[in-house]
Amino acid sequence: MASATKPSSVAKFTELPKEGKFGEFGGQFVPEILMPALRALENDYLSIRTQARFQNELKALRTDYCGRPTPLYFARRLTEYAGGARIFLKREDLLHGGSHSINNALGQALLARELRRSRVLCATGSGEHGLATAMACVLLELQAEIYMGAADIERHATTVEQMKLLGARVHAVTRGSQRLKDATHEALRAWVTHLQDAYYLIGSSVGPHPYPLIVRDFQRVIGDEIKGQLLRREQRLPDLVVAAVGQGGSAIGTFFPFVQDEKVRLLGVEAAEAASLTQGTVGVFHGAKTYLLQDEHGQVQPTHSLAAELDYAAVGPEHAFYKKLGRAEYIAVSGREALEGGRLLAELEGILPSLEAAHAIYAGVQRAKKLKRDQIVVITLSGRGEKDLRLYYDRQQLSGQAV
Amino acid sequence: MIVSNYLAKRFEELQRRQEAALVAFLMAGDPDLPRTLEYARAVEGGGADVLGLGVPFSDPIAESPTLEEAAHRALRHGVHLQDVLQIVRELRKSSTIPILLLSYYNPILRLGEEAFARRCSEANVDGVLIPDLPIEEATSWVNQARKYGLARIFSATPETGDERVKQICEFSSGFLYLVSRYGATGAREALAETALPLIERVRPLLPSDLKLVVGFGISTRPQIESVVRAGADGVMVTSALVARIAEGISPEALSAYVRELKEATRCPSPAPS
Repeated sequence: MASATKPSSVAKFTELPKEGKFGEFGGQFVPEILMPALRALENDYLSIRTQARFQNELKALRTDYCGRPTPLYFARRLTEYAGGARIFLKREDLLHGGSHSINNALGQALLARELRRSRVLCATGSGEHGLATAMACVLLELQAEIYMGAADIERHATTVEQMKLLGARVHAVTRGSQRLKDATHEALRAWVTHLQDAYYLIGSSVGPHPYPLIVRDFQRVIGDEIKGQLLRREQRLPDLVVAAVGQGGSAIGTFFPFVQDEKVRLLGVEAAEAASLTQGTVGVFHGAKTYLLQDEHGQVQPTHSLAAELDYAAVGPEHAFYKKLGRAEYIAVSGREALEGGRLLAELEGILPSLEAAHAIYAGVQRAKKLKRDQIVVITLSGRGEKDLRLYYDRQQLSGQAV
Repeated sequence: MIVSNYLAKRFEELQRRQEAALVAFLMAGDPDLPRTLEYARAVEGGGADVLGLGVPFSDPIAESPTLEEAAHRALRHGVHLQDVLQIVRELRKSSTIPILLLSYYNPILRLGEEAFARRCSEANVDGVLIPDLPIEEATSWVNQARKYGLARIFSATPETGDERVKQICEFSSGFLYLVSRYGATGAREALAETALPLIERVRPLLPSDLKLVVGFGISTRPQIESVVRAGADGVMVTSALVARIAEGISPEALSAYVRELKEATRCPSPAPS
């Protein structure tokens, strides 16, 4: 793979986190009962990740089952609309299951099978991760146990039906706010009671080490492909790479391969209603030190993004590290702006993005406007919008009435 | 090793009386602060040897639903760390019962480890248990706890290998909290099959100045008796008390329940090794 790496910058961005940390971020802030399991997972994973057999199987399934590589699409009409830099879209929405989630779910399900676990536990918000997990588990003959907040189940009923059809056991979580974090707590409870035979399949680059590393490894295919595709097509690297950041999985996968290319600017786009990087402070949440939305007592604050996968009070520790270093820039976009971005893409390109991806579209277009015509912006289009159809429709109705 | 006076003295007394310690745990602020004080006094009146107070946290991981819900009830009343310390100060006016705080790490980090340790020490807290702070992340906390004379309570579980138990002991003071069964906390009728072999395995690994307190899922006299016979220096009762409080038990009835549990710690134990 070609790259414009400056050797001097390499040391700052370690391939492997040191003692489980990205700078001061990350780590393993979990109850003792999980420590041996995490230690074993780390050791097993570090050996498996370099095995050719594992990587070959993953690569074959990515190609034949998931549909990789995904296109890097030049969005001509969107570019004309913005009137600035050329905009390319990384079409992760075209993957099996309709989002980037399968990259991670498939990789970790393969890992679970290597570790001889029969059951796979996961927590999901919008259901994208749950659906991808259910698919990967069917493929690899594992039992998927999916924890989902009752409120999210209601918002994403169709996705839940798909998961059930694929043989997943869906556990409705009625505690607390009935959202992703409650589902996460319930899935973790299930994990600590079934450490021997269960694999906890985390949906994004969050949680204790080694999960942020594992998820980045399985998602970096996004950025690796962007780089290769653009070099082949344009013989150059992009000027700006944009991705939505909720917990940060697809964004870290997009950014990581560019981290050492200092001229490539990285822009992470959060939901303004759950903006841990732009509005949070350093704390410890779900096993990792990172930026966190918390009050003065250290209590975690509730979040209210329309986009369920962005609706999370913290963010992956590697993003926290990039922010602190100033390597990536993070901004927040409101739900209203995201809907506008999504609608724009639908009207100009015939592509309805997920609400998560719509945040990146909105911000990417705004930035492209300010750049020159010979510059290149790549936006990761992390998922398709069918799951959010009702939201788009309701909100358009609402804003229509308001006007 | 500097260990908080009340806690060390209490274990010495208990050893003389050939009793195991009953550590009684309440969630501070559930159902509200005044009643936490009443319940704490009731628990002490019932004969509990050590009082544990939970600092409410919004997102306890791997915690039983009973404790998570209790924490959320307390948070709805706006109960935070400083209120818990206020309870400790109130109790201290009339009591020398050793008091432990159990707090997730984020509220401590938010305040700062040193400020937290200092405030605990000023309020006469005897020790602190931080469930989501494994030894790998605990070096700076242990230094602060040493400086301010707080007992450092860490956990070991059936998953913890012998070498790791020894490492954990090096970070600990006061006692080692042995989690006796798999899974998130919560009262269970039957004692986990893992409990007794676990105690027998871990007991010989402890240095002589570190006590062994067993917890998770303990709610009945027979459970306590078998744990004490297997060699525990104490038992910790958590969910059983929190669940009764959630059901609105009277302080008198809670006191009676604690008295019944305390009886079980007086069963004859094998000669200390």
